[in-house]
This record gives sequence, structure tokens and C-alpha cells, in this order.
Amino acid sequence: MNDLNRQAIANYKNDFLREVEERVEDGDWVRMCMQCGVCAGSCPLGNAWEHTPQKLFMMIRAGKREEVLSSDSMWMCTSCYNCIVRCPRKLPITHIMHGLAHYAHKLNMAPKGQPTRDIAKLFWDNLVKTGRVNELKFSLAMYFKDGFMQGIRNALAMQAVGMGLVKAKRLNPMEILGGHKCKDQGGIHRMIAKARAIEAHKKG
Amino acid sequence: MSKRQYAFYPGCSSQKGASASNFVTSIQMMCEKLGVQLNEIPDWNCCGASIGYGEGGELPRLVLNARNLALAEQHLPGQDMVSGCPACWLSTRETAERLNKFDDLMAEANEALKEAGLNLKGSVKARHIVEVLIEDVGFAEMRQAVVKPLQDLKIAGYVGCQTNRPFGITGESFENPLYLDKMIETVGAEAVSSYDQKVTCCGGALAFSEPDKSQKQIRDIVESAYDHGAEMIVTPCQLCQANVEVYQSEINKKQGTQFNMPVVYYSQLMTVAYGGGVKQAGLDGHIIQPKKLQDIAGK
Repeated sequence: MNDLNRQAIANYKNDFLREVEERVEDGDWVRMCMQCGVCAGSCPLGNAWEHTPQKLFMMIRAGKREEVLSSDSMWMCTSCYNCIVRCPRKLPITHIMHGLAHYAHKLNMAPKGQPTRDIAKLFWDNLVKTGRVNELKFSLAMYFKDGFMQGIRNALAMQAVGMGLVKAKRLNPMEILGGHKCKDQGGIHRMIAKARAIEAHKKG
Repeated sequence: MSKRQYAFYPGCSSQKGASASNFVTSIQMMCEKLGVQLNEIPDWNCCGASIGYGEGGELPRLVLNARNLALAEQHLPGQDMVSGCPACWLSTRETAERLNKFDDLMAEANEALKEAGLNLKGSVKARHIVEVLIEDVGFAEMRQAVVKPLQDLKIAGYVGCQTNRPFGITGESFENPLYLDKMIETVGAEAVSSYDQKVTCCGGALAFSEPDKSQKQIRDIVESAYDHGAEMIVTPCQLCQANVEVYQSEINKKQGTQFNMPVVYYSQLMTVAYGGGVKQAGLDGHIIQPKKLQDIAGK
């Protein structure tokens, strides 16, 4: 268990709803859910969710902290925003799912090896490094995230797709040498560090 | 005619040699013909995209976008900020709206921006190029510029998610937006009005992490285009374009289908209709060749 998790448990005791309201992005909306289920029926990956947003909201209110934060479900969000536009109570459901996923990740309660969790981290690290996404390095990092041999297998399996993109000039092998970047990388790094510090101070 | 000026935010996928580099190529001539001038925001950075939330959290993500807004405000004052990528547009607009609504968030964002020598007042409006075309240029002007109508071309207009939700184009419905079909008809082609996968999600970033689940979505999108007699799919979204085009070969391999459906951008249709060649329309940037459109462009 990491320190943040320990502190949160000590802080909120059994009041998981309050914890979500205060610490999760747009978490203060959870109380507004009326359990109609439109979100569950509107999700393109709905069948892949063990707990649909509707269920997650009820589980939060029922104090099921462990089950919610270790759930794989929020990581199935494709960011299609269908639930947001259809919710009759106008809950920003997509944002709440993103917020729950981020909070579970920060507390290190999210499932280990969850593929979307892994690539989300690779993507963020990739973009923050130079200020812009390096698509080649991101693709390679994804292929090789489960070790070298698996990486070779993944790269070979996707070889035709990769070569097609290279031929169409939409993937540049030279990006490995650095590629596109922002000029003020120092400023961007300081800015992100500051934003993280402010958020940590505010939300623990 | 004096040109309409905009602060342009291309986004990572539109850079040279990146996955949507042919999109940016294809808008040059379209903008030229329609009197739209896009002025690139100096030193812009990534918006965080759809999966930035996992590691990034709220404020770091907002701040990334606030930096672009601040750069636009400082270097290109008075100009609306325009993006061609739905994810860039969504992130930027969401940031602008949240920061303008909540003073404490704006103060925090500015505290972080100070580290990069910037400050945001909050005067910039974040828009999508499609909004510029529809609201500022208008369908009449878009039609006037056509020199080569794209006759005998049947197209499925695939709007996808983020150009359509949560903001969308003013006046359009989330369930059945009509502007893309209208744009297809404006350049003389036929829009498949009964295309039922118009706003289906392609899986987005989960095409990487959950390939089977995403490819199920993509299969529906392509299959329905075939079922309705479409010869190609047209989309306003970079990730939709890439996912729906690139993974057809994977679906063929795994599921025994024989998909070979070209997927192009609306801007490529417009550039060809405005007299542009294969290169100007970025039609040399495809894995599945849009043969019929290439032929028209080559004539």
C-alpha cells in the first residue's frame, strides 16, 4: 500500500463517497446519479465493463472502496462521450471515469498490467518529455512494455501495418533520433511539476 | 479579399511524418481557396489527448492546454484558436471553459504557467476547423469554390465521437448530425444518408490497448459502409481515420473478411473538388488507396 492510500484511508475512514467527492475529478457529481442506466446502455464497450458507470456510482455510495478502485472497468472508457451527452441528469460521466481511473492509478490500486493503464502512462511520459508525442517511440514502447521477446513478437505481428504507414509517409523511422519537439522543454517541465505540486497540495 | 485569420493548433499527429500528416497537407489548398489563413501557434505542445488522464490527472492536463491558449493569446491576439484534430479541440475547449468558469482553477493554472514565463487572461475561443467552414465560410462559399464536382461517388460520412460529442457543431444533434453529409453533397458527391454507424466509436486510443474490442467497433463501421453501397468513408477525425483504415488488414487476417474500404478526410474531398491534385490532397498518404478519388484528382 502506498503512502497516499494509507493517508486517504486514515483521513476518510469509511466515508468513501466523501473521499470521491473531494479527491476525484468531478467526483462531487456522483450523488446526482439516479440509477437510470442510460450510461451503461450507451457505452460502446459496455459489455466489457464488469461494473458500468451506473454500478460504480452506486458502489461508491455503498462505500465499496476496494472494489471500485481495483476495478478494471473505468479503464474500458474510450472517451467517446456518449454517456455525457445522454445522461438525463447531465453528469460528466466520462470525466468521472477518467478521474476514478487516475485516482486508482495514483493510489496504486488499479489492476497491475491493465493494458490501458500501462499505455496511458507511456503516452503521458512520452509527451511530457519533449512537449510533443513521438509516435514512433510511443509505438515501440507499447510493443516492448511486456519485455523484449514479447516486443519482438508484437512488432513482427504489426509489421505490415507499420511498413504501410512508413510507405505512406505517416510513420517516420528517423523519429527514433529525437523527432519533433518543443523549444521550451525546460519551461514545460517546470510548469507540469508545479501543476502536480499544486494538485498534490490540494487533493493529497 | 482580406483573409480570415486564425491561430492554428495543428497537434502532434499532424506533424511531418506523423500519422495524420496528409490531413495537414490537404487543408492547405482548401483554406487558400476559401480565404482562410491559419497562423501556427509558436512552440505549441501536446494537448494530452484522450488517455492523458491516466498519469496526468486534472491540473497538469489543463495546464498543458492553458499553455497553448496563452501562446495564442500572446502571439496571435484577437484570433480564434483553431484545430483540425477533435482531441486537440476537445481538450483545448474544455480547458478554456473550465478555467473561465472557475477562478480558483484559473489562478492555479496561471501559477503553473508562470514557470514557463506565460500568463493566460482567458480571451481565446477554441474552435474546430469544421466550425470555421460551416459558421464563418458557409456552405454557399464552399460550393462556389468547386471546379470539379465529385460526381458518381457514393460516400459514407463517418463523424465519429469527439467532433460530435461532448461539444459538437452548434445546431446539430448528437445522434444524427447532418453537416458531414451536407459537406459531401456540397462537393458534388452522394452521401449515404442511411449510414447507421455515423457516430459509432472506433475504439479511440483503446485500439492500442484493447485491439479485439476496438476491431469489433471498426468492423461494424466498415461493414455498414459496404452494406449501404458506399465506395469510401469520409471522416473529420484523425484517430478515426487511422484506426478505421489501418486495422482493416488485421480484421481481414483474423476474421476472414475482405475489407478494402478507403477512408479519407472531408478536406481531401474538398481539395480535389477545388482542383487539387493527388499530392495537394494528401491522397498519396493512404494504406488503402482511394483509387476513385485519386483518379478524379489526376484528371
